Amino acid sequence: MADPQNLNNRLFAEPIREFGRAGLFLLTAISRMRFGLLQWGELLRQVYFVGVRSLVIIVICGFFVGLVLTLQTYDTLTRFGAGDAVSTVLALSLFRELAPVLTAILFAGRAGTSVTAEIGLMKATEQLDALDLMAIDPLERIVQPRLLAGLIAVPALIMVFNVTALLGGVFFAVYLMGGDPITFWGNMQASVELGKDFGGGLLKGVVFGFLVSWLAVYFGWSARPTSEGVALATTQTVIASAIAVLLIDFVLSAFML
Amino acid sequence: MPDTRAAEVAIRLCDVSLKRGDRPVLEGFSLQIPAGKVTAVMGPSGCGKTTVLKLITGQLRPDAGEVWVGDIRVDRLGGGELSGLRRNIGVLLQNGALFTDLTCFDNVALPLREHTALPETLIRRLVLLKLQTVGLRGAAQMYPRELSGGMIRRVAMARAMALDPGVILYDEPFAGLDPISLGASLRLIREVNRALGITSVVITHDVAEVPQFADYCCIIADGHVVATGTPEQLHDSDQEVVLQFVGGLPDGPVPFHFPAPSLAEDLLAMDA
Repeated sequence: MADPQNLNNRLFAEPIREFGRAGLFLLTAISRMRFGLLQWGELLRQVYFVGVRSLVIIVICGFFVGLVLTLQTYDTLTRFGAGDAVSTVLALSLFRELAPVLTAILFAGRAGTSVTAEIGLMKATEQLDALDLMAIDPLERIVQPRLLAGLIAVPALIMVFNVTALLGGVFFAVYLMGGDPITFWGNMQASVELGKDFGGGLLKGVVFGFLVSWLAVYFGWSARPTSEGVALATTQTVIASAIAVLLIDFVLSAFML
Repeated sequence: MPDTRAAEVAIRLCDVSLKRGDRPVLEGFSLQIPAGKVTAVMGPSGCGKTTVLKLITGQLRPDAGEVWVGDIRVDRLGGGELSGLRRNIGVLLQNGALFTDLTCFDNVALPLREHTALPETLIRRLVLLKLQTVGLRGAAQMYPRELSGGMIRRVAMARAMALDPGVILYDEPFAGLDPISLGASLRLIREVNRALGITSVVITHDVAEVPQFADYCCIIADGHVVATGTPEQLHDSDQEVVLQFVGGLPDGPVPFHFPAPSLAEDLLAMDA
């Protein structure tokens, strides 16, 4: 039989301790932030690595999410004679929920894991020690640009996701089902509020981007410097990011309604 | 900045003790490293050589005792002062630890860009001169993945010299090198020390190579300095531990077997 003390420790105490350590790490990283020319250059490079290089997966997934969402809602709505409302359902569900959440989870899988593995391997190969020994703060040089890059990249990727998902929807509703394009776009325009729906989704993106980047750099930073340790850290990044994004999404949605 | 050239002793560890968990790594450890010379710090694996290096750079703090570099007490330094000290200490880590996403040129330029306000044209000249010293100016635009292990360590050496430090610490610089790279590294350590008039500390296992580069040696075992002197003095020593280490004997004062209950006890316990 499992020891209840041990179970309690694994289920509650250890995750709380880990959260505390991650919070302290974040506070330390933020307190040492510096914005010189070198930092801006590195930030741009990181935005390219985590943002531009995630474009392919975002475009492909966005298109198919739009396609399947339209297929499901169109089928249901036409039974009630409300097929024209498909673009409204598509746009609202995309802008408010699906695009921010799915983009953040895809970002965690594509860019978060690579950031964790990169920092974990830098630790294992003594590159972080080398920085420290050259009197260069690794938090400032390695962690800061990666933290901020997520903050910039995720909202941008959400916009791309929205566009490609809408294209998927148009492809199905207009080209495959023969719907009226003017009705499609007109209904969407009439029902979507730019600030509340579209802007709200982007705001979520900023929060999710920061959250995923924080978890990715933290797990990389605290990884054991072995191949097993780095593998475990990348897994933790994906799991913790997915749970954190869904949990925070609920909180944010509740406040935004 | 520590004036390691003026003082006769560049680095001093006085009565240092350090534990990792419950295991003592160093106990009452004292060592003096002469200024302007190449000192080899030797000893069996796990005896605390790298710990000594980390104490000198302030990566570790002793539980007791004092660590001095020149006239600076390292174990009492705070973050900013420690950064100042580290600008005057170049460190070559075991596998070079070059940044894999930067070219050799950018690796060497990094400390100059971070710590000086020199214009890029001057940084370029300095970096090319450092790379020329280690014979790798031609590899300036190559990435570490395109270099051999020996070349990586030479670039790392150029990076360690970038800010013209007063002390360079080498952590096992010869491990896994082919004879040509080994010869080149030995010559470089000697030449750099002579040309720049700095203090060099080389942590190594390579007993056979020590006379070729070191002016002074110390052997660590079991958390203590067990022997010091010139390579010749150590070669003629009759201390058991020195004889075991220099002669490469598998058993002696440093035991071959990790501490364990007797074999008979272990085997009988299995039967029971």
